Amino acid sequence: MPAYANIGAVIAVLLAIGAGQACAQVKLGAVLSVTGPASFLGDPEKKTLEMYVDDINAKGGVNGQKLQLVVYDDGADANAARTFATRLVEEDKVVAMVGGTTTGATLAMMPVFEEAQIPLISLAGAVQIIEPVRKWVFKTPHTDRMACQKIFADLKQRNLTTIALISGTDAFGKSMRDQCVAVAPQAGISIAHEESYGPRDSDMTPQLTNIKGKAGVQAVVNPGFGQGPAIVTRNYRQLGIALPLYQSHGVASKQFIELAGPAADGVRLPAAALLVAEKLADNDAQKPVVVAYTQTYQQKTGQPVSTFGGHAYDGLMIFVEAAKRAGSFDGAKVRDEIEKTKNFVGTGGIVNMSPNDHLGLDLSAFRMLEIKAGGWTLVQ
Amino acid sequence: MRGLLNHRLFPALAMSAVIVLLPLVLPSAYYYRVAALVFVFALAAVGLNLLMGFAGQVSLGHAGFMGIGAYAVAIGPTHLNLPSWLAFVGGAGLSALVAFAVGRPILRLKGHYLAVATLGFGLLLAIAFSNEARFTGGPDGMAVSRFAVFGLSVRGAQAWYWITAASFLIGAVLALNLIESPTGRALRAIHDSEVAARVLGVDIARMKLAVFVVSAVYASVAGSYFAFLNGHITPDVSGFLRSIELVAMVVLGGLGSVAGSLVGAALLVMLPQTLTSLHDYEHMALGLIIMAVMIFLRAGIVPTLARALGRA
Repeated sequence: MPAYANIGAVIAVLLAIGAGQACAQVKLGAVLSVTGPASFLGDPEKKTLEMYVDDINAKGGVNGQKLQLVVYDDGADANAARTFATRLVEEDKVVAMVGGTTTGATLAMMPVFEEAQIPLISLAGAVQIIEPVRKWVFKTPHTDRMACQKIFADLKQRNLTTIALISGTDAFGKSMRDQCVAVAPQAGISIAHEESYGPRDSDMTPQLTNIKGKAGVQAVVNPGFGQGPAIVTRNYRQLGIALPLYQSHGVASKQFIELAGPAADGVRLPAAALLVAEKLADNDAQKPVVVAYTQTYQQKTGQPVSTFGGHAYDGLMIFVEAAKRAGSFDGAKVRDEIEKTKNFVGTGGIVNMSPNDHLGLDLSAFRMLEIKAGGWTLVQ
Repeated sequence: MRGLLNHRLFPALAMSAVIVLLPLVLPSAYYYRVAALVFVFALAAVGLNLLMGFAGQVSLGHAGFMGIGAYAVAIGPTHLNLPSWLAFVGGAGLSALVAFAVGRPILRLKGHYLAVATLGFGLLLAIAFSNEARFTGGPDGMAVSRFAVFGLSVRGAQAWYWITAASFLIGAVLALNLIESPTGRALRAIHDSEVAARVLGVDIARMKLAVFVVSAVYASVAGSYFAFLNGHITPDVSGFLRSIELVAMVVLGGLGSVAGSLVGAALLVMLPQTLTSLHDYEHMALGLIIMAVMIFLRAGIVPTLARALGRA
């Protein structure tokens, strides 16, 4: 009898150790485009996640458990993303996933997480990810539709209603152009003329000359990404077009100002508060968050902060807070809590999710900036 | 034993044994998915191997045909209300037609003109897929509805494991038979010496064209399976890198070896999965392994090993 008791005790201890090890770490998945054409997005995302997961663990973890980050690099290939998504679900048994750097990768991965009933917080831009609303899918970055609405709202304020569009034919430019065309009527804006350019074009003077010759155009909006918008801006000034020029959140980086030079003066664009962290009013709710993130990121990586890493920060923190409120890592409970996220102050804005809004940002998340003397200023 | 080893269908037998036994050791749906991807790419590689290993022609745009197959099963059911099996067959037919149209003028010429033409063709298709957003969803891609026959829809990685494995086997047996047929002998003659083949009365242009069309159909079928398996496709299915990957599978596994195409595909699909633990050095390691294989197993993995075994 004592022998049995001993064996029983040993088994009980072994089971306890086993259970303890199984619970000690909770895995959080992230499929990001760390290399390849979208690496400028995926790289800061990965660094941000690693940095903050370490930080959270150093402070004792979440719900008494440490987080283990599992990052896979999809190289911006939707097929690879899908395989890694299956791997996260089947092999790593993650409790949630923060990622999908590109829209294509996210769209390819969504069914895997929906089927496995694991929350997915995407870091990609397009509105298709959350429209129609899918039970297990959330996202943190602003949509291009919001950028259009923000620009149109600013136009209305200046009593400008007739505009011309000049857009890039890449994924970003095309998607935003479609959204702008779709929301223009609601905003009371009429698009009098449209031009486009290829991602590698080096001169947009002909398109801009067409726009210049159109009667009635009061402002020009340029949905685009990369170097195209900088060339548009320079050509715009060379042609002496005096109408207000709007760029998109896609070029909200110091690099754009450097490329466009003095021509960038007076250009307006919508962007996240993160870019103007130091210039925000002291009573701005976002100020402490964006200043702290900027300092941490720049100190740890030695690189300038970008809004993309900020999206990853928001995704991670929304998950962590939801898990804390749920008191467990149960998929369904965490999902419900993510959906109930209210007044979460992130780098992208103040997030208020609901069953029919899995993004939770409104137009106040975007700040209208104007470039003056090579720097950003807030338009009041 | 020797007789069995030398039988022309021995590779097919060996591969079917692997396919049947593999599920005994596959622990989860993730492994089934990776295996299914191996068969999909192996199918495309077998087709390309017929062209490269036997007709001696290189195609640098074979992913373009995968793209036609993939987008056929995506666009057919979504925009044209076609049943998915019809879109599948239609995609293969379209690929054959396109290959015929592209190959007919070019394959009359001697030399590597086909490589250049297919290179352009693949790039063109990828551009078309990302620009025709109305039909293809643009650079972000589009969803693919489930493969359904007689109202039954196929889902789950295990089902796709068996479908892709069976299709690969059928493709491999057809290829092995083709190689042993008069056409196959003519092709090998072309590969060795075009002049000699012509002297023997082989219609070189016709033979090359036939095998190019066949290889396009293989790629298209593989592309359709690829789309069904992923449920979502983006234009990079027909991108230049994908074409190069296919060529690399053929060369690594062994030119002219059907089993080699399976080994090459397995290597290039599975390596990125096993190398993830190396994090930032992943791509470097992948490159080194490929270089090492090409330096030490110059004729490709399977032919080199077969020769070594034969000698032993």
